[in-house]
Amino acid sequence: MFVTEALAASVETAANGAEGGAFPPFDSSTFASQLFWLALTFGFLYWFMSKVIVPRIGGILETRQDRIAQDIDRAHELKSDADEAIAAYEQELAQAKATAGEIGNKARDAAKSAAEAERQKIEADLAGKLAEAETRIAAVRDKAMADVGSVAAETTELIVKKLIGETVTRTEIDSALKTAGN
Amino acid sequence: MANDPISQFQISKIIPIENVGGLDLSFTNSSLFMVATVAVTSLFLYLTTANRGLVPGRLQSLSEMSYEFVASMLRDAAGTQGMRFFPLVFSLFMFVLIANLIGMFPYFFTVTSSIIVTFALAILVIGTVVFYGFMKHGLKFLGLFVPEGVPGILVPLVVAIEVISFLSRPISLSVRLFANMLAGHITLKVFAGFVVSLSTFGVLGIGGAILPLLMAVALTGLEFLVAFLQAYVFAVLTCMYLNDALHPSH
Repeated sequence: MFVTEALAASVETAANGAEGGAFPPFDSSTFASQLFWLALTFGFLYWFMSKVIVPRIGGILETRQDRIAQDIDRAHELKSDADEAIAAYEQELAQAKATAGEIGNKARDAAKSAAEAERQKIEADLAGKLAEAETRIAAVRDKAMADVGSVAAETTELIVKKLIGETVTRTEIDSALKTAGN
Repeated sequence: MANDPISQFQISKIIPIENVGGLDLSFTNSSLFMVATVAVTSLFLYLTTANRGLVPGRLQSLSEMSYEFVASMLRDAAGTQGMRFFPLVFSLFMFVLIANLIGMFPYFFTVTSSIIVTFALAILVIGTVVFYGFMKHGLKFLGLFVPEGVPGILVPLVVAIEVISFLSRPISLSVRLFANMLAGHITLKVFAGFVVSLSTFGVLGIGGAILPLLMAVALTGLEFLVAFLQAYVFAVLTCMYLNDALHPSH
């Protein structure tokens, strides 16, 4: 409506202006009005910008900046929490591993010492048996050796009797055997 | 009106307020679109950020993106000290951008196609630079015109060049924006006019009108680019000039 009115008016003045012949942008008769309304409208725009729009948008951007910074801080906090938790977990894990190793070592040592004790017992046992057997063998051998002397004497007596037909006393034979290095 | 590419810049009174202390302060179509520009800018930025969402929606993102776009532009050019001018630069950028974009609608008036408007904005920028520069640095602000390490003989010449370049800043700043918008709209109108006048010449004319039609479509795309680009250039140059006010030594 305004526009069509303005249009109608401009058609009218165009006709008038054509008579005047002034190029409209340079027509100084309109300058006062244009300056006046420009000062009014632009003045209002400047006032409105500096009082309302700029603080408002600036505030919005600042709030957002703060919020983002806050969120980043919070994220850092959470991350450090997570890191701490991971560190604690790893420590726990290492401790558990150490404990497990210790338990294993203990069990192994215990088993080893038990086996060692068993072995020593068995060895001692065996050594005892061996010693017993050895004494028995020695006894048997001693007896056998003792018998060897009398057997030799008897044999010697018989051999001498057969060879020379003479009877030799046991005492003589014994001394002879002794000197022979029995 | 249809075929006159200049008439779109005609300023017409909607509510005549004539002779206020000898000045004609009528509410014109230009005033209407200034009000519309400011209303669209303010309402868009106000409503899209009303939720103050921690996670922005699409429109809130758009508002925040434009805020951060201008903020990083200013920070890069003038450092964190420059942020005190942020409301000014943001207002300028949004005003020029929205005014340019609104001007792209057919039958809508383009506020920035008036030299007086862009010149006023440029003077506002340079005025801020000069005012703040002298307030902050006193006479040291004049060091802006004396680059370091220039041999003594050349100093007057260099100073003259620097002064001229400084004085031409508001002119180049305003003419660049004004001329881009004016030329773009005239070109668009001329090509669109070709389409209409050629199509009155029967079948052949309608066939021939396709070329300017394609051209008009392509130019429309280009004009949207120019609308953004000029707002960007205006804001970037504002940032660089403000940097001079903050750090006058080269």
